[in-house]
Amino acid sequence: MGSLQLKSVRKSFGSVDVLKGIDLDVKDGEFVIFVGPSGCGKSTLLRIIAGLDDATSGSITIDGAEVVSVPPAKRGIAMVFQSYALYPHLSVKDNMGLGLKQAGTPKAEIDKRIDRASAMLSLEKYLARRPAELSGGQRQRVAIGRAIVREPKLFLFDEPLSNLDAALRVNTRLEIARLHRELKATMIYVTHDQVEAMTLADKIVVLDAGVVQQVGSPMELYNRPANLFVAGFIGSPGMNFIDAARLGVADARTVGVRPEHLSLSREAGEWQGKVVHVEHLGADTIVYLESDKVGTITARLFGEHHYEPGETIFATPAEGQTHRFDENGHAIR
Amino acid sequence: MSKARNSLTRTSLVHLALIGYAIISVFPVFLTIINSMKARNAIFRNPMQLPTPETFDLVGYTTVLGQGDFVNYFQNSFIVTVVSIALVLLFGAMAAFALSEYRFRGNTLMGLYLAIGIMIPIRLGTVAILQGMVATGLVNTLTALILVYTAQGIPLAVFILSEFMRTVSDDLKNAGRIDGLSEYSIFFRLVLPLVRPAMATVAVFTMIPIWNDLWFPLILAPSEATKTVTLGSQIFIGQFVTNWNAVLAALSLAIFPVLVLYLVFSRQLIRGITSGAVK
Repeated sequence: MGSLQLKSVRKSFGSVDVLKGIDLDVKDGEFVIFVGPSGCGKSTLLRIIAGLDDATSGSITIDGAEVVSVPPAKRGIAMVFQSYALYPHLSVKDNMGLGLKQAGTPKAEIDKRIDRASAMLSLEKYLARRPAELSGGQRQRVAIGRAIVREPKLFLFDEPLSNLDAALRVNTRLEIARLHRELKATMIYVTHDQVEAMTLADKIVVLDAGVVQQVGSPMELYNRPANLFVAGFIGSPGMNFIDAARLGVADARTVGVRPEHLSLSREAGEWQGKVVHVEHLGADTIVYLESDKVGTITARLFGEHHYEPGETIFATPAEGQTHRFDENGHAIR
Repeated sequence: MSKARNSLTRTSLVHLALIGYAIISVFPVFLTIINSMKARNAIFRNPMQLPTPETFDLVGYTTVLGQGDFVNYFQNSFIVTVVSIALVLLFGAMAAFALSEYRFRGNTLMGLYLAIGIMIPIRLGTVAILQGMVATGLVNTLTALILVYTAQGIPLAVFILSEFMRTVSDDLKNAGRIDGLSEYSIFFRLVLPLVRPAMATVAVFTMIPIWNDLWFPLILAPSEATKTVTLGSQIFIGQFVTNWNAVLAALSLAIFPVLVLYLVFSRQLIRGITSGAVK
């Protein structure tokens, strides 16, 4: 259906470089997620792929064809926007059909595709309504439906779940995952939410400051972060970073341990510390420790545990679950 | 509970102020209409009185409709106003879209240039406009008036509409681009319907001064065939004798077409406002 190659794509607004040379290879049928903090350039990159913004330099190929000078409508893409961007004066059906009508598709074919898409998204009941008469979740489904009927080579999602409330977000996330399985289409998805990234993606692209920090499967990023940024960005609560000198580790600058890879004990352990604060989440207990040796660290325990602030306890990192980083922040392997 | 917000005294005070203002606004119109239906003596003897069976007299209306070609004057005024509004809205909206949507060299400068049009009265250029019209042979045509009024209305239209167009979501326009709409379709089919309330506002603001204008009809199109209502009524105002019955009748008649136009636009205005509110 669709593959995508980016070669040294750059984008500057005046003297500000937003994207500093992005190279990326997306294979047919892959679900790729761009993730990063606000202002890292992920949305700009998506808009450049869509053709809504021009890259300052670099090449973009979709299905082997160079598309830099091709208008958005002819790139074989469909996009779902954060704000839904439904046409307010058109019915749900016309919203979904407009792109095809514009491309001169026969009416019978348009109807067939709308029927199929609305069945997939259970929107049949709402086809005659205007967007104003729909709830947020329904509007987002219509926006997704509008993308599906175009049968694009490439689906682009720009933070599609950000405007939905928490419960709806989970449902819609599952829905998108199901659509990806059913359609087997190539999807590119932008989010700042690492949970969405971890749960949906075949491949995550972590961006920061206009540079690709690491590309890999969710578990690769979690288990083998390439640098301090990725290590800190993926995982919640974030990884503990400890100055290597304080631990007496000679061949690294920083040592990282994920909160879930620390075990706590009242009797004995490697790092002694005082409990500062405890958060009970039901399934997890998050314990914040203040230690003379390693500074403030966070431990995540599964299930319920009772520690009191002020208590002295010991934390021990799990064997083989520490990460080492050099002075430039790169992981040492 | 916020009792103050719906307290009776507060509400009545607000209503009192609004009713007072409404009376002050409507009073001159009311005075014009009642006196247009009175005999000449009654107008001067007792201007505030409503027409009674003794004083009731439609002589003003018969004069207006009998003398001069008032139907033609009305038609002229109507054509000039409607065509000018249409052109102001079309070109104003297009310019506003370009200024608000596209980044190009000189964008700000162009915006400023148009804003200057709001600050400098077009009448300052009357002599040059007249010379231009004479040179192009447009004197004593409605086209001359339409061109001048379009020029007069565009700066404000661009100013108001470009502010409104900035509020139309970028995502929506981009969705249109991905769906293969041309920039013209995006403008006419997505943006214009969304800024309709602003268009109605601009239409009302543009319409009133055009309908009431005496200056340009007097200078550019004073011929019998191209007179507007405002200019036509002037024949009843003399240096020594003024036919008040006729003047008041002409003014009363002149209110109605503009009232109809206003109602048309204000319906749009209200529809636009409520459709946004219940989003």
